[in-house]
Amino acid sequence: MERNKIILKEKIAENTYSFWFYNPEIATHFSAGQFLILRVVKEGERIPLTIADVNKEKNLVRIIFQVVGETTDLLSKLKEDDIILDVLGPLGHGFEIPDGTKSVLLVGGGLGIAPLFPKIKEIAINHKLKADVVLGARSKDLFILVDEISNIASNVYLFTDDGSSGHKGLVTDGINYAISQNNKYDFCIAIGPILMMKAVTELTKKLNIPTYVSLNPIMIDGTGMCGGCRFLYGNEVKFACVDGPVFNAFKVNFDDLIQRNRQYREQECQLFKGENR
Amino acid sequence: MRIEPKMQDPEVRINNFEEVNLGYTDEEAIAEAQRCRLCGACVKGCPVGIDIPAFVNSIAKGKFRQAIDIIRQFSVLPAVCGRVCPQENQCEKECILSRKGEPINIGALERFVADKFSEKETFDIPKVGKSAGIIGSGPAGLTAAYELRKAGFDVTIYESLHAPGGVLRYGIPNFRLPDKIIDKEVDYLLSLGVKLQLNFLIGKTVYINELLEIHDGLLIATGAGLPSRLNIPGENGVGVYLANEFLTRINLMHAYEFPIYHTPIKKFSKVVVVGGGNVAMDSARVARRLGADVTIVYRREEEDMPARREERIHAKEEGINFITLANPVEIILDEYKNVKQIKLEKMKVSGKGLDGRNKIEGTLEYFTIDADAVITAIGQTPNRIIQENVKGLNLDSHGRVIVDENLKTSLNRVWAAGDIVTGAATVILAMGEAKRAAADMIKTL
Repeated sequence: MERNKIILKEKIAENTYSFWFYNPEIATHFSAGQFLILRVVKEGERIPLTIADVNKEKNLVRIIFQVVGETTDLLSKLKEDDIILDVLGPLGHGFEIPDGTKSVLLVGGGLGIAPLFPKIKEIAINHKLKADVVLGARSKDLFILVDEISNIASNVYLFTDDGSSGHKGLVTDGINYAISQNNKYDFCIAIGPILMMKAVTELTKKLNIPTYVSLNPIMIDGTGMCGGCRFLYGNEVKFACVDGPVFNAFKVNFDDLIQRNRQYREQECQLFKGENR
Repeated sequence: MRIEPKMQDPEVRINNFEEVNLGYTDEEAIAEAQRCRLCGACVKGCPVGIDIPAFVNSIAKGKFRQAIDIIRQFSVLPAVCGRVCPQENQCEKECILSRKGEPINIGALERFVADKFSEKETFDIPKVGKSAGIIGSGPAGLTAAYELRKAGFDVTIYESLHAPGGVLRYGIPNFRLPDKIIDKEVDYLLSLGVKLQLNFLIGKTVYINELLEIHDGLLIATGAGLPSRLNIPGENGVGVYLANEFLTRINLMHAYEFPIYHTPIKKFSKVVVVGGGNVAMDSARVARRLGADVTIVYRREEEDMPARREERIHAKEEGINFITLANPVEIILDEYKNVKQIKLEKMKVSGKGLDGRNKIEGTLEYFTIDADAVITAIGQTPNRIIQENVKGLNLDSHGRVIVDENLKTSLNRVWAAGDIVTGAATVILAMGEAKRAAADMIKTL
């Protein structure tokens, strides 16, 4: 079969798609936490996407993405049997679960639920540990993967901004709620928009729960060459692509990242005038 | 009189990304070649040992086909080398006529015949039943692939990016080395039966030990792509680029053609480039073409700059300012972390170093330059992905792969060549090493 051929395409929420495509190398070399870089057309940008899942027997790789710009829009228009032009991966490091871990709190906001999914699987299924999950979205229709996560997680707590599903509130309310249910956690993994990860980190710092975040800054090559994804980590400069993408949240300078991620907002809008802009 | 090829007018070329050097006409090439005394001194300045007098003499006689055939015996990348080699420090430095300041324009002649023949040379390739994997499609990788293929090896090149060429592709701008020249050189290799596997990052996509199962030997030619940083306050500001990012956006991703190409680059008005090498010149000249007022700052004197002379001259013709003996100490940002100014320390010369360049020291006097972007081009170090993902590969303290006199690494059946061994150097040096490595692979395997 041809590399990068799309085998299964599903729309899993508003503007949100799941693709399974054929790529034996990525499928067999993947560990949870890694990402890939893809390009859809020859004029296209290279964009990073977290690998949501793999099927090592069938050599398939899963990505989940929301249409937020030109490249994801072009990607969403590919059909089953189409070939994704370029896919490079798996990139970055997998997340290694510290020895002695018994219980983990996993927090996913919006599209951050997709990259959280392989980590939930890793912890709940591969390591057979307690995995409690807090999921947050603006409203019910924007939740993704809730059933798949509910099947494997120990407890799932849903929070929406408008109360249309689960509890009304933010994921930070969800963390407080999970803890109020007499749960104790060795550490927390939080993935979502940068502002959400920053808010979670401020809370877990107070609660004294070690926390990891998976970063998704602007990247080009993804191999440590361009340095576009660099940010301040403690007193050091790190490249998210080769040093991460998962980092100890307490050392991440979120303000640095927020500003750097906004650099091309104007050009991104010029290129893509999508419905949700 | 040394004949210089015609150049695009500076006023015109600062508005385009077309090649600056327009190359020789037949008449110019013949006239320049006829100045050659055929002494052969130049050959010892060439890292790949091209029989320069022979090919120059062929041009002098109008036998252009013969000239390119001679070069091809030594180099698979003549159209590239004719454009990017620092000839003034190599072949042309040794030229007997350089004493009068007018060495034969060997680079321009090489380029002339390389461009003249686009058809592929074919030759019988022996069948030896051996297989080589080449990691990296830069100058070293392409050269080794050519040598190994000629000797009858099945050759596969693995490249992590979506286009081949390595630094030739992502690093060197089109106005100096057009994409179609790289394509032509790579197509030639492919026509000889070399296989190219794009989007493969060895150490991640597959591992070295897996490649050793399908190849008899491997060559690591992954180059020096990791940018060095200034390590000064403000360097993560918005508008601060490592030159690699700036040039990759332009060269690999064609951001200057945004929005036809989708990768963006901002339009800056005042750009400061830090560094004195070819990467600094390229960055400055790209920024100029994007419409900025550009200043290069360099901590030593201009004569110490490692950049090719032609690039320095072209940069100046294009209106780029040079400030020397100035060392950045801080990039000053506004409240939104955008670049506002760069603060520099004035330096002074304090004697000569062992390498003949000026030594410098700080004066504790400072000044600032307004800027909305700063591009740092202060060197690159070896890529690390392979090294981090294989056991038993010996490295030095700079992360370079340690090799023996035949360019063999500490791993059985694995060789290394180019910048991954030497640290960031030139295209032609990488090619010379790659030829030696390939020769040993052919002999050993």
